[in-house]
Amino acid sequence: MGEVIVVTSGKGGVGKTTTTANLGAGLATHGHRVVLVDADIGLRNLDVVLGLENRIVYDITDVTGGHCRLRQALIKDKRFEGLFLLPAAQTKDKTAVSPDQMKALCEELKQEFDYVIIDCPAGIEQGFRNAIAGADKAIVVTTPEVAAVRDADRIIGLLEAAELRDPRLIINRIRPRMVRHGDMMSIEDIIDILAIDLLGVVPEDEMVVISTNRGEPVVQDERSRSGQAYRNIVRRIKGEAVPMMNLDEGGFVSRFLRRMIGLS
Amino acid sequence: MLEFLNRVFGREAGGSKNVAKERLRLVLVHDRASVSPQLLQTLKTELIKVIEKYMDIDEDALEINLDSNETQVALVASIPVKGMKRVTRHLASGI
Ligand SMILES: Nc1ncnc2c1ncn2[C@@H]1O[C@H](COP(=O)(O)OP(=O)(O)O)[C@@H](O)[C@H]1O
Ligand SMILES: [Mg+2]
Repeated sequence: MGEVIVVTSGKGGVGKTTTTANLGAGLATHGHRVVLVDADIGLRNLDVVLGLENRIVYDITDVTGGHCRLRQALIKDKRFEGLFLLPAAQTKDKTAVSPDQMKALCEELKQEFDYVIIDCPAGIEQGFRNAIAGADKAIVVTTPEVAAVRDADRIIGLLEAAELRDPRLIINRIRPRMVRHGDMMSIEDIIDILAIDLLGVVPEDEMVVISTNRGEPVVQDERSRSGQAYRNIVRRIKGEAVPMMNLDEGGFVSRFLRRMIGLS
Repeated sequence: MLEFLNRVFGREAGGSKNVAKERLRLVLVHDRASVSPQLLQTLKTELIKVIEKYMDIDEDALEINLDSNETQVALVASIPVKGMKRVTRHLASGI
């Protein structure tokens, strides 16, 4: 039986969908069977980030509404063996699915998949409650900004109230140079404030934008820092103890040397 | 003080992240202190249970609230005491 992990944040635009796509692709690369559920109903997004937008026939509301079988709605990602997407509906609103339906759906998916990863919508209303209804674990994504960390704090409280204990944190879009200059909160600062376990840190990286443009998760890009960060997170989810990556990118030479000795 | 230092030393004194951290700390003090009326009611009921072991109190006049100012939050309770329980008087005299 698999586990259901919800990726959430409170604030929009901090990287939930990007995280979901990369963790999914990364876990599939390790040979797991993974299904990604886009719970952002009305604002379908995950399909585009994964480059699967042209293959959608049915969506999550067709499944919960009984218009098709679950299998029919699952889109198989041909590039990653074992990776599937259950797309959100684009034309309905968040009330189209209920928490009970979501729970039942997760139960069913868990029978077949090792990991069910749910991409949560922004906010703390019904869409959020739906997304967490069937989850066993939660990942909270934030960026090193006051508003994002504040919302993460709120979300952590709400997860706890929903008895989703011990969520783990991903800090996204960190810029090591700004942190060094004291112009961005550091990993320690944020952990100090939120007091939850750190699952990983993803640097700000143009490659995220480029790979999203192409519909190819950056986790498969061997050379990018963000890809490496996501690969590390994937291994931590699998239970491996992977040290946090050294984010000081250094100059070209030190980067080159580090790559040569396999440290990056 | 922090703000003053930041102003004097500009970015050298740690840059804008210290401002961000301080603002975040303050906003969270308030966010985290906002409790639901139900929770306050539960707290009130349990407080009464504990205090009644030692004192006779006027339950209806009991008031508890969260007071917050710029930097901290306090739980403020006003609990009118009508008298001490016998057991409390004994405890007080050390018997
Ligand atoms: N580490 C990163 N570096 C650069 N851009 C990023 C990074 N993470 C996310 N982004 C970009 O930020 C935007 C919002 O990300 P997204 O995953 O859609 O957030 P959410 O799902 O939380 O709304 C996207 O354009 C994405 O490409
Ligand atoms: Mg999203």
